[in-house]
Amino acid sequence: MSPTESAPMLRVSDLQKSFGDHQVLRSIDLAVEPGEVLALIGPSGSGKTTVLRCLNGLEHPDGGNVAFASGPVVDFSAKTTKRQRDSLRTRSAMVFQSYNLFPHMTVLQNVIEGPVTVQKRKRADAVAEAEQLLERVGLGAKKAAYPHELSGGQQQRVGIVRALALKPSLLLFDEPTSALDPELVGDVLTVIKELAEEGWTMVLVTHELAFAREVADEVVFMDGGVVVERGHPDQVLREPREDRTRQFVHRLLNPF
Amino acid sequence: MGFDWTLFFESLGPIALAGLKGTIPLALSSFALGLALAVVVALMRISRNKVLSSIARGYVSVIRGTPLLVQLFVIFYGLPSVGVTLDPWPSAIIAFSLNVGGYAAEVIRAAILSVPKGQWEAGYTIGMSRTTTLRRLILPQAARVSVPPLSNTFISLVKDTSLASLILVNEAFKEAQNIAAFSQKFMVIYLAAALVYWVFCTVLSAGQNQLEKKLDRYVAH
Ligand SMILES: Nc1ncnc2c1ncn2[C@@H]1O[C@H](COP(=O)(O)OP(=O)(O)OP(=O)(O)O)[C@@H](O)[C@H]1O
Ligand SMILES: [Mg+2]
Repeated sequence: MSPTESAPMLRVSDLQKSFGDHQVLRSIDLAVEPGEVLALIGPSGSGKTTVLRCLNGLEHPDGGNVAFASGPVVDFSAKTTKRQRDSLRTRSAMVFQSYNLFPHMTVLQNVIEGPVTVQKRKRADAVAEAEQLLERVGLGAKKAAYPHELSGGQQQRVGIVRALALKPSLLLFDEPTSALDPELVGDVLTVIKELAEEGWTMVLVTHELAFAREVADEVVFMDGGVVVERGHPDQVLREPREDRTRQFVHRLLNPF
Repeated sequence: MGFDWTLFFESLGPIALAGLKGTIPLALSSFALGLALAVVVALMRISRNKVLSSIARGYVSVIRGTPLLVQLFVIFYGLPSVGVTLDPWPSAIIAFSLNVGGYAAEVIRAAILSVPKGQWEAGYTIGMSRTTTLRRLILPQAARVSVPPLSNTFISLVKDTSLASLILVNEAFKEAQNIAAFSQKFMVIYLAAALVYWVFCTVLSAGQNQLEKKLDRYVAH
């Protein structure tokens, strides 16, 4: 690498993870540049969620290296402590498929919980920022509501704001719209698109190929625990080089 | 010989008073202590430390596998033989607290386990430790789930405190026994005692319903 070239913000090499005998991730390599949107696609069970969970320290990989340019760098091939694994979470924030909002807290409390309880930021500042973020995603009026009083689309927008409030370097989205009724998908995708345009770095697991083509800078197709194909969205999604990618894309675009 | 209604109504007052001065304070203090103990035992039980979880499991097993009356007698009549002599009140409070601790621990453990795994992960992902997640996210949600079964535990405890009469604690049933011994009208007096307990428990059940309604507002179904 030439010295003028910036290092990727996140580099993952040879990531491995098994559950019992089942080797879910055989060897995964990823590089995410600052401001880049990487879309991760692949069949059900191919390990997309597992990759995100490893990046967020929710799973302990069996091997491989996860390196953020500004640290931490964790080499799972050597013996790794839970503390080292947990350190990955200081860089990334996760948006879950099923939102996982805190049901006993209001929308505002959900958002400020991380900044105030964990990051020890001043409550007044955290509240002001949370209100601004909620306003941005059209939920300013809902800050005193409890999660169960919101629609799925609104809950997922709160989930996104909760992640943003942590000021992570990297946003991780795990199929953020797949639990939503079709008419609510648009609102959430609009928010994600705006974040992408604003320059947030993100890894997005999605089955919405049209959306991936619109927002992603790179598409990575995973199957069988390895990356089968990667490249520009137009190339991977319209002119895939690999048979497996072609079949997958074809099946997703023509389900019947 | 007809039912002595006069005695029935006259004895209600003293029995209820003994209830207010004996039964209710005994139940309340034992429940508070027992609940604190139960939280500790439940946390030990779900802890990844094998020694702690085994101790907790053993404790719960002994409490649930032996009669409350036997537990009470071991503490009041048994302990003096190993040099520990306790008055009736402390004996009763200790025995009932230990008993509630065992039963409520299982309720709280089940409630903690009923909180979806995604809540733990959401806590971790915003940077919380296991302890903080437990304290800020899991226990508050578990507390809501526990209210109905714990209310039942409390109402059972109110009735169970009548056993303390056997170690000479002056509570409602002891008062009834005293009046009965004096008047020899057992049916009248014990029915009066039953009425007092029934009123206490009915009032508590109504309170339980109110509490559950209040909590329901914040919980999705
Ligand atoms: N905790 C676990 N224990 C055992 N097996 C697991 C566990 N988590 C995931 N798996 C298995 O690992 C494989 C990959 O799962 P993963 O959730 O990462 O797939 P995915 O690509 O996200 O699939 P989907 O598109 O259905 O969400 C699956 O076969 C799954 O059953
Ligand atoms: Mg998945």
